[in-house]
Amino acid sequence: MRIHNEILDAIRKHGSDAYPEECCGFLLGSMTADGNDVAAVTPVKNRRKTNRDQRFSISADDFRDADLAAHEQGWDIVGFYHSHPDHSAEPSATDLAEATFPGYAYIIVSVFNHRPQEVTAWSLSPDRSRFETEPIEITTETPVTP
Amino acid sequence: MTTSKYTRTPIHIPAPLRSYTDGQTTINVQGNSVGDALDDLTRQFPVLKQHLFDEEGALRTFVNIYLNDEDIRYLGHISTVLSEDDELSIVPSIAGGCPQTLSTVGTRLSPAELRRYQRHLSLPEVGVEGQTKLKAASVLIVGVGGLGSPLALYLAAAGVGRIGLVDFDIVEESNLQRQVLHGVSDVGRSKLASASDRIREVNEFVTLDLHETRLTSENAIDIISDYDLVADGTDNFPTRFLVNDACVLTGTPNVYASIFRFDGQVSVFGMPDGPCYRCLYPEPPPPGMVPSCAEGGVLGVLPGLVGALQATEVIKLILGIGEPLVGRLVLIDALSTKFRTLTVRKDKDCPVCGTRPTVTALIDYEEFCGIPTNDAPTSEEHSVPEMTVFELDELRRQNRAPFVLDVRKPFEAEIADLGADQLIPVEELSDRLGEIQAAPDREILVHCRSGGRSAKAVIILQENGFVRAVNLKGGIRAWSEEIDPTVLVY
Repeated sequence: MRIHNEILDAIRKHGSDAYPEECCGFLLGSMTADGNDVAAVTPVKNRRKTNRDQRFSISADDFRDADLAAHEQGWDIVGFYHSHPDHSAEPSATDLAEATFPGYAYIIVSVFNHRPQEVTAWSLSPDRSRFETEPIEITTETPVTP
Repeated sequence: MTTSKYTRTPIHIPAPLRSYTDGQTTINVQGNSVGDALDDLTRQFPVLKQHLFDEEGALRTFVNIYLNDEDIRYLGHISTVLSEDDELSIVPSIAGGCPQTLSTVGTRLSPAELRRYQRHLSLPEVGVEGQTKLKAASVLIVGVGGLGSPLALYLAAAGVGRIGLVDFDIVEESNLQRQVLHGVSDVGRSKLASASDRIREVNEFVTLDLHETRLTSENAIDIISDYDLVADGTDNFPTRFLVNDACVLTGTPNVYASIFRFDGQVSVFGMPDGPCYRCLYPEPPPPGMVPSCAEGGVLGVLPGLVGALQATEVIKLILGIGEPLVGRLVLIDALSTKFRTLTVRKDKDCPVCGTRPTVTALIDYEEFCGIPTNDAPTSEEHSVPEMTVFELDELRRQNRAPFVLDVRKPFEAEIADLGADQLIPVEELSDRLGEIQAAPDREILVHCRSGGRSAKAVIILQENGFVRAVNLKGGIRAWSEEIDPTVLVY
């Protein structure tokens, strides 16, 4: 996936601001033959009522709203991001159990004591059995965010 | 326009699935209902099926189907009828969370630890990485008795970094037959004091948290949420359901085991994709149906066998190796030396871990299991006439002793006897009333171990004309504690 450094910084900052709870949001952009181009991110409310330091959820209604807004910009939702407070940036068993479709990029940022550390990206394998590492190509050109 | 079987409905495909639909963002599907439309979609693009439906053919939990602007869950689910101009969308909901497997950031093994754990380090499946995971892990052991003994010993020896122990009992002589954490010199001490001395002797690198309390609905969430894993070594149903529900609510894996007589069972509950104890046993057994180990007995070595299996599952989960017993229940029969494995499915309608849980906070588990709380005597105990052990002692001194009927099982009388005139187990009493060697107008004092069964017996006797039947309050335990310490407490 290709993503601008400033967008990654926005994800890091959201993770830091939400600490010790998990943050979450959408990755917007386009899916191309050679991976996802992330053009922008939108934060979204963590809809979990309990255990928000260990769990997040995004409702289908929130997905629809973000999807419609993305379409207005000519984008699709191409993935999601969330934070792992005080845990490494590796997908958990929960992440795998709840994984949606292959093709979406899942960005995870680890946050220790308010400080964002590692950012990783993953995608579900086509047979749904595991998460595969998705290389992050960081671009520094001026992002095309509106 | 009327609906017809030729209704063609556009269905919007989310971006990642378009790689399976030749890049098309909208597919026209046929069918009168949402279910038919989805069938047509997966007929046109079979590879979509595994992403939209689970192995049992139900829509995956994260897949939401919208009819125009409405989730079909709030319409007629997949039976929702389609009309012309309707549009369908596939909308995922997203969830996830922190790894259950713990972070080892900041954890290092000292040279002394590296020496100690050499045999683990030689295993490629463990190695320094795995041993560091063990050190970073915290496990709560509920109940430091039969199962808790091998659990605590092996988890400590293996190097689990922080072990919490919950118990409030004292060590009794009758524990030593199976609770190998405790020794002869520990009788009379608190189980936690005894356990902590022993565990520190096994491994000085382990941090111990001692929770000298009964696990209750008030404290369970607080205590359990401080640990990565729970190992349930409890010996009663209310606590077992409490541990299960608190583990599900806090997202804590629960390695479960139980033992009775010659049988044991082990499983792993509370994993995100696996079943919980309630998926296996939705309801507790009726009170009194399943005797406790105190009443039914247990082979002393059995907790060693079963608890070691339980400890193995704990360690596998921490290391993330092998196949954990998620969705499988191992049944151990020590007499035939047979192990059987049953499949346990996650119950979608489970009140705790199902898709629409009704239990979202801890409840009163004594009440749930039909067991009155310790302070309140059972209704039978409450309503029958009683005699205290002091009164019995005094009457005997005055040679005015009542006729004493023991309603326990014969083996119990062999363990402890307070000089009963006759023994008829309460289960047989109704059929053997004619054998009672006391005149109906004589005072009959009925006793059992602690007063519960004998209260039931008093009611049976009174209903059958033995109007002067009374219950010995506190049973033979009270006699031993207050009057004659040479009578064994069991």
